[in-house]
Amino acid sequence: MFHIYCPYCGELREEEEFHPRGQAHLARPADPEACTDEEWGDYLFFRDNPRGIHHELWVHSVGCRKFFNITRHTVSYEILETYKMGELPSFTAEHSRGNSTEAASRQAQVAQQAGVHV
Amino acid sequence: MSNVAIFDTRSEAKIPVESPLAYAYRRSGAPAPTTRSRATLRERPFLGHLILRGGAIVLDEAVREVLGVSLPGEPQGLVHDAEGERSLQWLSPDEWLVIVPGGEEFALENRLREALAGAHFAISNVSGGQTLIELEGEAARELLMKSVIYDVHPGHFPVGKGVTTVFAKTAVILRRPSESRWELVVRRSFADYTYRWLLDAGEEFGIGVAR
Repeated sequence: MFHIYCPYCGELREEEEFHPRGQAHLARPADPEACTDEEWGDYLFFRDNPRGIHHELWVHSVGCRKFFNITRHTVSYEILETYKMGELPSFTAEHSRGNSTEAASRQAQVAQQAGVHV
Repeated sequence: MSNVAIFDTRSEAKIPVESPLAYAYRRSGAPAPTTRSRATLRERPFLGHLILRGGAIVLDEAVREVLGVSLPGEPQGLVHDAEGERSLQWLSPDEWLVIVPGGEEFALENRLREALAGAHFAISNVSGGQTLIELEGEAARELLMKSVIYDVHPGHFPVGKGVTTVFAKTAVILRRPSESRWELVVRRSFADYTYRWLLDAGEEFGIGVAR
């Protein structure tokens, strides 16, 4: 059976309990009224379709019902990592072998901006 | 006290009350347990079920004050009070299920609301929406292995653990309060389905229904 690690439940759970919800890290334009039609259309309808590393939003729908992110390789289907909402991936297209130090420092930066002490 | 309108869902009026399995008992029958039964099913109807939502720290304080038990902070945690009649289960990082003897839930809800005054929280009384089914017997685990996708091996599912998982084609909350007993918290609307599934799957173990 295929297992996925839920970062909130803290354990590997059956894939059947999860549901994919598309591309992760989509930032809603801060001021939709000020968007051009193209920008808004991009945000609403256009998604990446990379060959390689892809960040996806998943939900543990039968379980804790929390949304979280998965970094997945679209060629091998390998799940490289799962991480909570608000965190940054350590595997990116630029760092396909994982660069946790950079992700950690970026994470700290984001946390600092949000007024959270790490 | 928050300004949420709450009321006691248990009425003084003499209205016949039926457990979520009443229909299933009538329609599918309830084979009595025999000496050859290796699994026994028993419904614990009309218990008080509350869903607590909010931050773990504030809820923990209130729950300890009101129930005298600390909130299970670890995922999949399940704790009982000293008498073993009231339980608290982790459902999600900000959600817990409290099950208390029937009739206590309204008073408990009020006391929790008082203790939590000013905090950011939600308490929902879901007593009418779900029921508790107990499974006991040497084949109870085998029966679960046929029904749920979760690994119920004792090494992976120790006493004091509870998970929400897939049961046949529905979802249940599966808990293990003691070595020999398993509990399923099922939705009222799926109670009949779950019951019939258990009867069918338990046939080979001579499943009996204790009533």
